[in-house]
Amino acid sequence: MPARNGAIVEARGIHKHFGALHVLKGVDLTVRERELVFVIGPSGSGKSTLLRCLNRLEEPSSGAITVDGIDMLDRRTDINKARQRIGMVFQSFNLYPHMTALGNVALALRRVQGLPRAAAEAGARQALERVHLADRAGHYPGQLSGGQQQRVAIARAIALEPRVMLFDEPTSSLDPELVGGVLAAMRELRESGMTMVVVSHEMGFARAAADRVVFMDAGRIVEEGPPEAIFGNPQQERTRAFIGQITRH
Amino acid sequence: MSNWDRFLDSFFNARVAAEYLPKIIEGFWLTILLALCIILTGVAAGLALAVLRSLGIRVLNWAIIFLVDLFRALPPLVVIALLYFGLPAAGLSLSGFAAAWLSLSLVLMAFTEEIFWAGITAVPKGQWEAARSTGLGFLDTFGMVVLPQAVRMVIPPLTNRTIAITKGTALASVVAVQEILGAAQAGVSFSFNPTPLTLGALAYLVLFLPVVILGRWVETRFAWKR
Ligand SMILES: Nc1ncnc2c1ncn2[C@@H]1O[C@H](COP(=O)(O)OP(=O)(O)OP(=O)(O)O)[C@@H](O)[C@H]1O
Ligand SMILES: [Mg+2]
Repeated sequence: MPARNGAIVEARGIHKHFGALHVLKGVDLTVRERELVFVIGPSGSGKSTLLRCLNRLEEPSSGAITVDGIDMLDRRTDINKARQRIGMVFQSFNLYPHMTALGNVALALRRVQGLPRAAAEAGARQALERVHLADRAGHYPGQLSGGQQQRVAIARAIALEPRVMLFDEPTSSLDPELVGGVLAAMRELRESGMTMVVVSHEMGFARAAADRVVFMDAGRIVEEGPPEAIFGNPQQERTRAFIGQITRH
Repeated sequence: MSNWDRFLDSFFNARVAAEYLPKIIEGFWLTILLALCIILTGVAAGLALAVLRSLGIRVLNWAIIFLVDLFRALPPLVVIALLYFGLPAAGLSLSGFAAAWLSLSLVLMAFTEEIFWAGITAVPKGQWEAARSTGLGFLDTFGMVVLPQAVRMVIPPLTNRTIAITKGTALASVVAVQEILGAAQAGVSFSFNPTPLTLGALAYLVLFLPVVILGRWVETRFAWKR
């Protein structure tokens, strides 16, 4: 068992190739318990790929990853069991369109954790309450706004009581007026003590909630530090250029 | 006898109609039976092949694709003739009904496999990823998340293809099955009057017009909304 305030995510020397394309070039990332790490970087720098390596949606070419003490790249690791400890939220929500909000959240509780239907639905309802959508339990994704869909997606992940949550641009496909609700849900999650890795362009959220900001470029971590340092006083030229770009817009 | 009378006497001869109507009605039920058998086995086999194909076992997939292309390329009548007239030479003889059933099932299976496969691959990759990221295994993800969406998407093309292929039951008349067309042709050769064919055409209308309308309804009902 990792010590309190120990590392939940430990990635060492991660390389990822897509054919000839070298996308991650030796990334080291440690995320401690209850920490919120914010990942920024230009398009194509490998942010999504890094997140997807952490729960092995993408198979790293080399390197080592442990999450909550489990060796994610060991062939003998039960990957489906390990993934329950790692919640993931996607840019495009990816809710199951043929199931209600409740059904979306309850599915893994039933099929992965093996809960009977009633217990799974009770758990799902609790998770929906945490994102303030208990009253939408019976709605299908098509009947929900983008912001509500994303909160259901968050509920689907937290229902499994993960040790860490990965967010890949959770607000990027939302209309501006819907971003707030999702960020509020994320902030509440953070206040409840969840360990989080967030890829996003929401700099306001980063300033307010992140413990650490990681800047990636061309498959490498170029610079990392507290938000004030990275946004206010970046040390690397590439970081400065990127921060300048995004704050101007 | 005027031309008009001759026409009526040929195609709408009441005496002949009365005589052969029972045969046509028998043929009507036989057509329904044959069609139902074909739909059941053809769609089930096509779905099974599509499911097997999504396991991604390369050699198996080549075999499936070969089989599917074969039966999509061959005219259904040729398949029926091969099985009915060809198999006895190999020491295995099928009844006309069995030959028609098997042949058209194979053809429907081939088209159904392609339709289901298209549906399965049209389900966005994000659905797989979301499910797998919650710890669902391949089979659960496929069965609970992907396949239900695929099935829903393919219901309209599947309905249309199924209707088209069940109309092929008329081909069974070639191998002496007394379904609607077979019964009508037999009636014509006995009575030297084409009225049984008129009855046959009416029987097909009674059978397939509702099915076509149903297909149209299904098409609008299942238009995919996200
Ligand atoms: N499955 C894949 N096959 C081939 N190339 C891929 C694949 N996934 C990602 N890439 C490539 O890897 C590089 C990094 O992609 P990635 O999605 O990790 O970037 P990102 O930092 O998340 O960018 P964005 O901000 O646009 O989301 C890109 O050049 C992308 O085209
Ligand atoms: Mg990305």
